[in-house]
Amino acid sequence: MTDSRRAFIKKSVAISGYSMIALASPKANAEWLTETTSTDILQQTLKRLFKDQKIIESDKIDIRIPKTAENGAAVPITVTSSLNNVESIAILVEKNPIPLAAKFELSPDLAPFVSARLKIAESSAVAVIVETDQGFFTASEKVIVTLGGCEI
Amino acid sequence: MSSIKIRTKRMDGNTQIRMLIAHPMEHGRNRDVKTNALIPAHFIQEITVEHNKNVIITGNTGANISKDPYFAFMLKGGNVGDKITISWVDNLGNEDTQDHIIN
Repeated sequence: MTDSRRAFIKKSVAISGYSMIALASPKANAEWLTETTSTDILQQTLKRLFKDQKIIESDKIDIRIPKTAENGAAVPITVTSSLNNVESIAILVEKNPIPLAAKFELSPDLAPFVSARLKIAESSAVAVIVETDQGFFTASEKVIVTLGGCEI
Repeated sequence: MSSIKIRTKRMDGNTQIRMLIAHPMEHGRNRDVKTNALIPAHFIQEITVEHNKNVIITGNTGANISKDPYFAFMLKGGNVGDKITISWVDNLGNEDTQDHIIN
């Protein structure tokens, strides 16, 4: 009886100790989180790029990209849109270490059309964000990469 | 020789501008095969396209763009004889410019 109580006290002290450490370093914890979860990096990039603007999902953005890419070193992508007054088009690869690939500011003389070739490190979603005078719109497409990795 | 190749094509009253730039686009995480040393990042950061001296596209690119980058854009209108100028600047300060006349 006394043994189990002693064990209980020991454990509870140990647990509270751990939680103290965790509470004492919330900043370190946050850094660790952003380093390991790439979606957070994407969110941060979006925040930095577009501040706190509302980004709305839209079906008026057409992304042409192969569903499976044999070589992640050069994946062709073509973005077209039927939105009016497009001001800029940004392309992001969600799981790349730095998600932002390119951002083009287009003058009114240009049709909303951008074609490029991307490096994609691993199977990931490719997001496109289109800025118009009505706000920000987004669409994304998943790509499966069979040969990717660090060498690209 | 310039590092930029430009092609234009008239399509239904629009002009397609295609460009191919010779550039290594290193993102700084690759290692040299022989020495195992990190290859420093070397990529194009800024691309500018001008149409008759008016800037029509300013682009910021990162190392996620493939080696020897290719881009295509669609210009509304555009006439034979118009001048397209494309220039880039990379993170090491190198730059290049190329002119093209729509044919």
